[in-house]
Order: sequence, then structure tokens, then C-alpha cells
Amino acid sequence: MHGTLSPLSSRKGDGARGGAFCPAIAAHGMLGEFGLMGAPGQPAGHTRHMHVTREHLVGISGDLTALTAPEARDLLVRRQISATELAHAVLGQIERTESQVRSFITVTADEALAQARAADVALGGSDPGATPPLTGIPVALKDLFCTTGVQTTAGSRILEGFIPPYDATVVARLRAAGAVFVGKANMDEFAMGSSTENSGYHPTHNPWDVSRVPGGSSGGSAAAVSAGQAILSLGTDTGGSIRQPASLCSVTGLKPTYGRVSRYGVVAFASSLDQVGPFSIGVEGSAMVLQAIAGADPMDATTAPFAVPDYRSTIRDGVKGLRIGVPAEYFTAGMEPDVERLVREAIQTLTSLGATVHPVSLPYSEHGLATYYIIAPAEASSNLSRYNGIKYGLAALDEVDMTRAMDATRQRGFGNEPKRRIMLGTYALSSGYYDAYYRKAQQVRTLIKADFDNAFASVDVIAAPVSPTVAFKMGARIDDPLAMYLSDVCTIPVNVAGLPGISVPCGFDHQGLPVGLQLIGKAFDEATLFRAAFAYEEATSFHRQRPPLAEQAGSEGSVNQAAMGAGKAGGPQRAPHA
Amino acid sequence: MTGTHHAGTSPATDYEVVIGLEVHAQVVTESKMFCGCSSRYSGAPPNTLVCPVCLGMPGSLPVMNRTAVEATIITALALNCEIPEFSKFDRKNYNYPDLMKGYQISQFDLPFSQAGWLEFDDPANPGQMRRAGITRVHLEEDTATLKHVRDSSGETYSLMDVNRAGVPLMEIVGDPDLRTADEAGSYLRAVRQILRYLGVSTANMDEGAFRCDANVSLRPWGQAEYGAKVEVKNMNSFRSVVRAIEFEIVRQRDLLDAGGRIVQETRGWVDDRAITVTQRSKEAAHDYRYFPEPDLPPIITPEAEVERLRSLLPELPDAKRQRFADAYRMTSDIADTLTQTRALAEYFEQTVNLSGNARAAANWITRDVLRILGATGAEIDQILLTPAHLADLIKLLDTGTISGRTAPEVLEEAVSTGSMPREIVQQRGLGQVSDTDALTTAVADAIASNPKAVADYRAGKATAMGFLVGAVMKATRGKGNPGLVNELLKQQLDG
Repeated sequence: MHGTLSPLSSRKGDGARGGAFCPAIAAHGMLGEFGLMGAPGQPAGHTRHMHVTREHLVGISGDLTALTAPEARDLLVRRQISATELAHAVLGQIERTESQVRSFITVTADEALAQARAADVALGGSDPGATPPLTGIPVALKDLFCTTGVQTTAGSRILEGFIPPYDATVVARLRAAGAVFVGKANMDEFAMGSSTENSGYHPTHNPWDVSRVPGGSSGGSAAAVSAGQAILSLGTDTGGSIRQPASLCSVTGLKPTYGRVSRYGVVAFASSLDQVGPFSIGVEGSAMVLQAIAGADPMDATTAPFAVPDYRSTIRDGVKGLRIGVPAEYFTAGMEPDVERLVREAIQTLTSLGATVHPVSLPYSEHGLATYYIIAPAEASSNLSRYNGIKYGLAALDEVDMTRAMDATRQRGFGNEPKRRIMLGTYALSSGYYDAYYRKAQQVRTLIKADFDNAFASVDVIAAPVSPTVAFKMGARIDDPLAMYLSDVCTIPVNVAGLPGISVPCGFDHQGLPVGLQLIGKAFDEATLFRAAFAYEEATSFHRQRPPLAEQAGSEGSVNQAAMGAGKAGGPQRAPHA
Repeated sequence: MTGTHHAGTSPATDYEVVIGLEVHAQVVTESKMFCGCSSRYSGAPPNTLVCPVCLGMPGSLPVMNRTAVEATIITALALNCEIPEFSKFDRKNYNYPDLMKGYQISQFDLPFSQAGWLEFDDPANPGQMRRAGITRVHLEEDTATLKHVRDSSGETYSLMDVNRAGVPLMEIVGDPDLRTADEAGSYLRAVRQILRYLGVSTANMDEGAFRCDANVSLRPWGQAEYGAKVEVKNMNSFRSVVRAIEFEIVRQRDLLDAGGRIVQETRGWVDDRAITVTQRSKEAAHDYRYFPEPDLPPIITPEAEVERLRSLLPELPDAKRQRFADAYRMTSDIADTLTQTRALAEYFEQTVNLSGNARAAANWITRDVLRILGATGAEIDQILLTPAHLADLIKLLDTGTISGRTAPEVLEEAVSTGSMPREIVQQRGLGQVSDTDALTTAVADAIASNPKAVADYRAGKATAMGFLVGAVMKATRGKGNPGLVNELLKQQLDG
């Protein structure tokens, strides 16, 4: 049985405990409307002693947006809540928080409610436990996953209006797993950035402090989960774009091994580095998502043919005897003292749980950033060539000449960061420079990877910081690309080596801003990362702390929802500012 | 290979002409190079054989067509190439509206094959062969097609058809070993013949399934380094390839003779004006910024796989021609004709097997069957006259059932109806009269009614015998066995 629960007392905002039972009762009343209560053999109170109940989980504030994915699954399967109710809760949370956070480029409320109703039909069948594992669980998708019939922009104006006629493989797999898609999350344009300020639409704000960035490039996906606007989300990580925003927003974020998850239908940034991964509150949600999306795809020749293990079956196995490597090189000079302290404390916590710590050396990681900023722009300069207005998206229709129209489309459609990287990459690949840049970068890449192979000969996971700093102020680095690039100094080598890495919340600095612990695994050994990360979060409570903004909006929402009745609480089709 | 040892027949006396050809051939496959769309785009309505992959939609990824890879390696083996164990695809980056992704997936430094050679007929020395090096055979994808239109109001615009985008395209790069335009033509025919023998490409130039660019340069005799190279494009027939090269040789020679300098550039052949014109100078040349295609893993071709593919190679034109000449004791001309296509050679050998008469089979095919093909424009496997029909006809002749005079009539009938010659002869009563009694009467009649011829014969005029035979044949409506008629005439006249 799952459902061992972290102590609720560790949450912020527990002061609402006193009057909390009423909304829960009201919500029960609403459930009756969906015909999900009192099904034969499933009386609401009956399982109270065996399972975590709605009252335990959401009774305090009545806030469904605070649920983790496994909790939501548990309640959905036991018909303690309905998928429609859960969809209304997150859509309501979007309505209440989006003006401050701005996680989304597109909110798909109608589609979400339609999917939720379908999920309720499935869950209302004779065996709700046999429904696909994400049935009825709200998921936000970074806006570079192609979604049939829903605009997909990759955060760029050049793809404005592009409505794919196909689903990315990961979207199709989540759909098959029963997920409810609440919207397309904001991102740095073409995933180029570490703050989501490079979005061609609007910046996203960190739910912990809206004057600060959420990290990037998957900032919208991280902020959405952090703010309770979705239970789960999907992002991509090319140089840290899942782990860094996860760290800055205090959620769990996993970058799987290159080749573990299909890239088909994922707007490409740097093809040899891009990888799709989940965000969640709590490690188990990420395991559920990876379970659904991982595995070989005939549409992506770079996916590995290896079988996908059952991640949740080993997630509770603990870390006794686990050998953790700690690379001195990753505790760099520019690191904020609080970050270093919290990461070292986290490693200490793991040893207190039975893991052993071993110093390892990754000397070539120092060159990770330089290597990355040759390879990634080189691939990007080629990947972004297709956006010329001929086939989809923005088109400079005022230009008569074919070539001029293509050039004008690119001039107008791309923001500064894609333009910068197209130039960098074009230069690096140019005749006469290829050997000095691209070829050399590939050689260094081999050395960086060899470092990790060497280290993993004697350890099972490597622990490191995610980001050298906590979330920085919006605008602080936007005019200083190098400072921005340094945000990813601890995450980039992992992409360069093609390895899996996870970020788990490991505390808050003196300003109350979140810090993440990075665990790096052997290739295709995500199971060990989940196991270590889960053991860590079980021993701590950081992942259960919510940004005050989310907490407040969530409790307002549960009161409102209770008063209005779930059926009337539909969210907006689009965020008002999208 | 520099080719300096070849005694070229350069029309420019002071210069050696250096020519290398790049041939693009569409590979015959069910589906496109990197997606599941049909590659049989001929005749399909525009933009109907497309998907996110060949349209270059965001997020789409290529998946390799194994059949196309095998076809490329088989072709390379037929062209005596080495097949490296490790090869990969690369991206060739350039921007043009017909290029869906802004790059073409091609092969740069590690192609499927390298360092081969090809023998072709030496146009200067009939019956002799020349050899040219093959630099490499690699695989890439075709582009979309653009149509530039001017409508009735005078407005111009371009239409794009993406059906062709992603069709597998093999590139056969030749070493600069050719020395005349005619050699280029001969080389090109040899390449086409091999592609068709292998069945890897229709190699039809008029359909765009077979394209040729020519690199032409001149250098003073004895000079080791090459002169500035001009790449000539836009030739859409074998004839235009030869003409374009001829033009380019003269243009460059005249320019050099006048003290000018050849600039490295790309020139286009303008067929109706029979000239080449500048398309792109070296300065404006693309930097394709090749780099390994990250969406496709490298391709490992183990030695065992190379040998498996080698075992699939059919007998190639040269070997077949040699074998025909030896085994069937035919002239090299006849052998050449019979091995023009693999289908024709097979037609011949089947006819031989069924009839047991190689000489007759060769005669009928080179004379009559090819005439029929030429007249109808049909392919050998499309006509009603099968090897079985032809063998039947040959056997009717060999057994004396019909005469050589009747045979053409039977053949025409078989060609047009598909009936077996044996049946035609029966139905139409065309069987040869070999009955001595029946012929004796006809011979006696001929002697009686042609006294002048009889007199001439007796006077020693040899032609008179022919006249009398003709008279008998006329009387028997051509069915008389000519040998028997001759014999009976002699008996009666000399008797």
C-alpha cells in the first residue's frame, strides 16, 4: 500500500486547520452530483481506516491543488474526489494566481474539463484501480510539446498560431495514461535561457517571490506545479532546464538519461542534449510520469531499446549502503554560502539514513559550460533553420520576394537569445572553424563523460548543487548572457554526459528562497535516483512546503469552490493576459 | 586518381580536359528516406504524400529507411567500392524554400562507401574499355519541388509540392578521370545500366530520377594541379550533358587562349540556347556547415553484412557481356546488345533454354524483338511475345514445320495476339509442305510452265534455279519446304 503520508504539520499555513472540515463536507456533497459517492461496496467512510482519506489530505484547507500525484490517484481511485472536481480546483488556482505567476502561454480549460469528465466515466467503472495510472490528474505541458489542435509556440513569436496536427510521443503517452492537460506552460524561447524571461510572450514569476525568476527554460512548468496550477508538469532539460527551475521553485524535477524518453514532437533546441522530464510535488509523482513516458519510440531513433523498470516498486527501498559521490569541483567559488550549506546538510541527511559518502573528482566538468555553448548553439543553429514562414507560424507576408520573406520572418520572429545562439552556432560550424570549435567540443564532451564513468565505477549516485544561487531578481541577468549561462554550471555537465539527474527541494536560504539538491545517476539508472530522492524527502519535509501565494489562493479557492459548487467553477479558456 | 596517364582526346590541343561527374539517382523504395510516406510520388496530386517528418514540422524526427541504405551499399559494391564499418549521416545546412528543414540529411566525411571504380566503353576506341574512379556512393534525401508560375494577370508566384521531399537519393561521385564529353556520356550510360541492373533506381533522366552535374576544368598538358573547376548543372538529358560539357570545354579554352582566367563557379546549362551561364560564384558559394546528424545514430555495417549484401549482387553488365560472348559464341556487338538491360538478357537466356538454339534466339531478338520494342515503346516484359513464344517459333523452324518465309507472319501474329506460334500455324494452315508427292506435282507444273527458265538452267545460269524455286513456293503459297523443293527440282531437271 502506498500512501505513507508526510506529516501535514510540516506545511506552511497550517493555521487554517481549525475550521477546515466544512469545505471538505461541502465537497463531499458535490461529489454526490457526480454519482461517485456511495457506490456499492465503496462507502466513503468505509476505507477511512485503511487508506488516507480526503479529510486527511485536503480536509485542513480543502485544497485539492496541494495534492501530490500519488495522493490524487489514491483519492480518485477510491472516488473520494472526482477528476472534474480536481480539474476545477487547478483551473480555479490558475484563475487566482496566474496574474501574479504567469506560468502559461495557453490555458486549455475546456479541453481539461472534457478530459476530466472522460476520466470520471472511466473511474466510475467497475474497477477504478484498473484505469491508467494518471487518469484524471491535471498536467501542464511546456509549450514545446506538440499537441494536436492546441497552439504550440516553443515560447517564440515565430511559431505564434502554429497548431500541430500531431501529438508529441510523450503527449500521446500521457494522454493514454489518462492525464488531463490544463495548458501549455511558458518557457524561454526555444528553451534558450535560465529564467523564462526570454519568452516571446511574457516572463513567468517565481511563486515564492514574484519579483524573482522561476528559473528556466521550463520556468512555466515548474512555477505551475509550485503554485498548484497543475499537479504535474512536463518540461525539457537541455542544460538544466528542468532541474534549475525545480530547484528555484522548490519542486521535484527529473532530467532522464538521454535516450530514455522520446523527443518526437518536442520542438528541438539541441538534439544531442534535449531530454523530456517531469515536475512534481514529491518524488513519486515524477516516477509516475516517467513510467508513463519512458521507453523506446519507433519515431525517435535515439531512444534506447532498454526495458523500463517499475520505478515505484523500488522507490521505498531506502539508501542503506548507497554510495554517494561528492565532487569537489561542483562546490565552486561563485556559490552562495546558503546553497552550499543546505546541499551539504542534505548529503549529511542521506548519510544519516545509511548512505556512505565518497569524494569523487570530475575535473573536466569545468569545461562543461564552454563545451555546451559550442554544441548546443551549433545544433540549434541548424534546428531553427526550418522556421522561415513558408510552412507554418509567423510569415512576413508583406515581403514579395521569396528569399526576403524568409529572412524577414526570421528577423521579426526570433528574439535576441535565439538570434545570439544561431550566430554562435553558425560561427562554430563554419568552414575553417569547425575543427577548432565543434570538433574540439565533441572531444571534450567525451572526456567529461569519461570522468563520470570513472566516478561511477565506485559510487552509485553523485550529489551536487543544482544552481549556485537561489532565484535571482527578474532583470538581474537579462543583459548579461554570461551571468545567465552560469546558472547552469552544475547541471550542464550532466546533459553533456547524457546522464540522469534529479533536483529535490533541500531547504530555504536566509531569505526563505528554495534550494535544490541534485542527484546524478548512472545512465538509465533513474530508479536509484528516485529511491535516493524519495528516502531524502521522506526524512525531510521541504517538498511539502508551499509558496504562501499558492497556499493562500488554494484555501480561497477551496472556500469559493465549496460555496459555488464544482460545476460552475470553470477556469478561463486562456489566461487573461496570454 | 589524376588521370594524367590517359591519352585524352582533348579538343583543346594545349590543354588537358578534366571532367568528374556527380550523379544523383532516386532509390526505388516503398517509403521515403526518413518517414513512412510513399516515395512513389509520380502522378500523385501535390502535397498528398506528406507527414510531419517530411514537411519538417517542429519536433519531427527522421528514422532511417533500411532498404535505401542496403540499396546504396549494393550499388557501391557493384561500383567496386570499399564499405567502411562505421558511417553516419550529417546535416548539410542551407536555406531554400524547397528544403523543408533548412538542412538536408546527407553524408559528409563518413559515407557508406568510398574508393571504387567503374569501367565503361571507350568512345575513342570501340571495343576497348576505360576505367574511372568512383570517389564515393552516399545517401541523402530529395527536396520538394518548386514551380514558378505567372498567372493570366501577369502576377508571378511559386508553388511548392512536398511529395518529393524526403525521397531517398543516392549520390555517386566520380573521380575527375574523364577527359572528353563523349567519355562522360559513356560513363553515364554505364552508371545508368548498373543502377538498372541492380534495380535500385529507374534511372530515368526525364522523370528526374537520374540527374547529373559535371565538374569541368582545363589545365595545361603536364601540369599536376587542376585548373579552376566549373560545376555545370541543369542538364536534363544525356545529350544535354554531353553538349554542356562540350560547350564548357570550348568556353574555357577560348577564355584561356584569350589570356583570360577561369573562375571557380557554378554554371547552368540553358538547353534552348545551348550555352552555360553563371549561377553562383565561388564567393557566393554556400558554406554548408556540415555536422553529424544528432537525430540518427551512426550506422555500423559489419563485414558479414557487407558479404550478405555482396551475395545479393546480380551478374553485372560487363560480366554478362563477357559470358554471353564466350558461352554463346557471339560477337561482342551482339553480346552488348543482348545485355543492354538485365531483362533483355534474361529474355534471351530463357529463350535459349526453351529452344536450345542460342544463335536463332540472338538473331530473332536483336533483329525482330528489338524492332518491335522500338516501334511500340514497350519494355521487354510488357510485350505479349514471351520467351516461350519465341522458343516455340524457333522450334517450328528447326523442325521444318514452317519455313523461314512463313516465320515473320507467325511472329507478327504472336506479337499482336499472344497466341503460341504452334497454334497460329495450325489455325491458319501455315505448316510447311514436306510431302514429296504433293511437291512433285508443283515442281512438274513449274517446269512445264517456265520453259525459258528451264532452258536458262540447262544453259548454266544459276539464277534460273532460284526463279523456279520461287515459282514452286508461289504455287504452294510459301509453305513448300525450300530444301525439298530444291532437291525435287534438281532431280526432275537433271534426271
